[in-house]
Amino acid sequence: MKKLLALVLAVLMLASFAGCAGSGEETLGMSESPLAAPTLTVDYEIPADFKVGFICLHDEKSTYDLNFLNAVDAVQEATGLTDEQVLVKTNVPETDACYQEAADLVDQGCDLIFANSFGHEDFIIKAAKEFKDVQFCHATGTKAHTEKLPNYNNAFASIFQGRYLAGIAAGMKLNEMIEAGKFTADQAKIGYVGAYTYAEVISGYTSFYLGAKSVCPTVTMDVQFTGSWYDAVEEQNAANALIDRDCKLISQHADSMGAPGACEAKGIPNVSYNGSTYDACPETFIVSSAINWAPYYNYIIKCVATGTEISDDWCGGIAEGSVVLTGINQGVAAEGTVDAVKKAIEDLKTGAVKVFDTKNFTVGGKAVETYKADVDTDAKFTPDTEAVSEGYFHESEYRSAPYFDLRIDGITLINEKY
Amino acid sequence: MATVQKKQKTPLIHIVKRPQVAWYHSIIVRAVAIVAALAFSGIVITLLIGENPLEVYSSIFDGAFGTSRRIWNLLQSMAMLLCISLAVTPAFKMRFWNIGAEGQVLIGGLATVIVMMFLGDKLPLPLLFLVMTAASILAGIVWAFIPAFFKAMWNTNETLFTLMMNYVAIQLVAYFLKVFVKDGSGALRPMSEYGFPAIGDNQFILNIIIVAALTIAVYIYLKFSKQGYEISVVGESENTAKYIGINVKKVIIRTLIISGALCGIAGLLLVGGTNHTINVETAGGRGFTAIMVSWLAKFNPLYMVLTTFLIVFLEKGASQVSTDFRVPEDISNIITGIILLFIIGCEFFLQYKVVFRKTRKEND
Repeated sequence: MKKLLALVLAVLMLASFAGCAGSGEETLGMSESPLAAPTLTVDYEIPADFKVGFICLHDEKSTYDLNFLNAVDAVQEATGLTDEQVLVKTNVPETDACYQEAADLVDQGCDLIFANSFGHEDFIIKAAKEFKDVQFCHATGTKAHTEKLPNYNNAFASIFQGRYLAGIAAGMKLNEMIEAGKFTADQAKIGYVGAYTYAEVISGYTSFYLGAKSVCPTVTMDVQFTGSWYDAVEEQNAANALIDRDCKLISQHADSMGAPGACEAKGIPNVSYNGSTYDACPETFIVSSAINWAPYYNYIIKCVATGTEISDDWCGGIAEGSVVLTGINQGVAAEGTVDAVKKAIEDLKTGAVKVFDTKNFTVGGKAVETYKADVDTDAKFTPDTEAVSEGYFHESEYRSAPYFDLRIDGITLINEKY
Repeated sequence: MATVQKKQKTPLIHIVKRPQVAWYHSIIVRAVAIVAALAFSGIVITLLIGENPLEVYSSIFDGAFGTSRRIWNLLQSMAMLLCISLAVTPAFKMRFWNIGAEGQVLIGGLATVIVMMFLGDKLPLPLLFLVMTAASILAGIVWAFIPAFFKAMWNTNETLFTLMMNYVAIQLVAYFLKVFVKDGSGALRPMSEYGFPAIGDNQFILNIIIVAALTIAVYIYLKFSKQGYEISVVGESENTAKYIGINVKKVIIRTLIISGALCGIAGLLLVGGTNHTINVETAGGRGFTAIMVSWLAKFNPLYMVLTTFLIVFLEKGASQVSTDFRVPEDISNIITGIILLFIIGCEFFLQYKVVFRKTRKEND
């Protein structure tokens, strides 16, 4: 009897798998990316003894670091640099060990060293002051334009534009669910898992929200912070908490698979970050925006190889190919998403649409006419630069790293403790 | 009688305690274990990543000893791990399962960083260093004293208690960073101007000297002092200790105060002597690795220098393997795991032997 039961169950399971696969072939599948990474042009000679070192906070298990590592592979393929010329150090903590690893890369003969995590900055500056012949580049940092070291540079991308585009896909999904009668327009609420109440995160979720609001005007958003850039369990818990608070769609700015995984388990649509999570979450993944670091890598390698100066504060945008989107999951995204996103890309390119247009958001019920942002980092974090003019907030224009940290209406921060 | 014996079921294999083995015998066994571990991990390397195992081993050595900077880094990492291992040892010897070293170190580091932040510009450096030291030791003691007091008074479970104290410490550090890092990034700028001075040009020498001195001190304390003897007796049998008039509660609390103070010093060295800042990763899991170091060395501080070396050497090597061959660090960790397994296994076989059931023929 038991055997029979087991057999029946096994057959049922097989049948259901086959069923999934069958229905999947009809509707699922990723579209072409509306904003794909461009092909890199290598129009310069690299000396045979050239070496570059990359320092990463975690390894390929973190979506954040994987995005950097993929760019390393891309630039290596384009430039033909060998594995002996490209040294990658993973799992480098934001401690003195970061300085030690940078110094070790100098010992190995690196001409150029790149570090990828915000907390690496002070330790990389320490190394830059000591090793003046080596160029140091740091992603997400804020201090290069004030430190004024000839061999220390920051870089970022106007990823808020990518977030805005991903937000449009999210808003259209909400509209589709409203039309299908799953909930009413005023119940359209997005949940967002953030790491810290830091400008990079605030800028990210706000631009995402404004993208969604541009197509779904009634949308609101709850944000839950984890207090860590990478904590799979916390991110999963936060996503589940948001789902329990009746959020209809989830997105995140944190680096593990925690939130996308929670969404897949509960069948809640997810807009991802740092790259596609389609393979792990085919039933809920809509689209992901990401910073493509390959153009920047290509640029700094060119500068060092040809002896030209690196911009001390570089911000790549859509035109540079630094802001990219993955393909859109046709099985989950609303109809017409690809076209709507493509149109928005053109509008951003021409400048017809500004993400932080002050007409599109209010703070405390009022329009924002002036805002001093903390652009030049100092010990007391004093606001120093007027960021609002010409009717929009000038994000990433006075410094590559984001400084938009306004709490706009429509977004509720559930736990501001982080 | 004979029939009864025949009916008795002897297991196919059973394990018997060995008599004391000769010193040369034990060295040979350990050497064979290491060779076997290298050979076995060689096979795993070839199967998993298709690289030449000899090149991988040379990469491990290169990562640990390749340059003078790497050797200093190795010594510094050893000093930090050894300091925490020394801290857990008295408690473990007493069979008090203190797995709260991680939290005790962090809280010591937090006390240090708070002193640096608020008194740095108010006190002359020598006085500042004294206050940093006192604060870190005191914080470590408080964090160890609480579970010890509960254990001594109400016999609470110290494993769970110390474990929970870790989380409290981690959250306190996170809270501190939230409140005092105003940009919300959670990354505190290193306050290098208030860090311990470098000796010559080397910021690690002072740490290494301090830990070397502590190693000798703990060795002498455990081996030759009356208090060290009391710890051994309480560890062997609490009832014996009571019988011969040892105040068990007092010994538990006193020993944990020493444990906590040493953890506090580790936090001091990590923050004041090395990083000059703090985050939740500052202890970096060393509080747990230290338990392995201490066990492997059978709670002998001098052997712990060797076991610390082994673990740090493998760790540095593993990271180099990952860079040289562009493989995930997990593969290097597999190699480390295999080597440790063989070493722990050989310690087992030095103490015990496996006896197979004799065949009936031999019985007759």
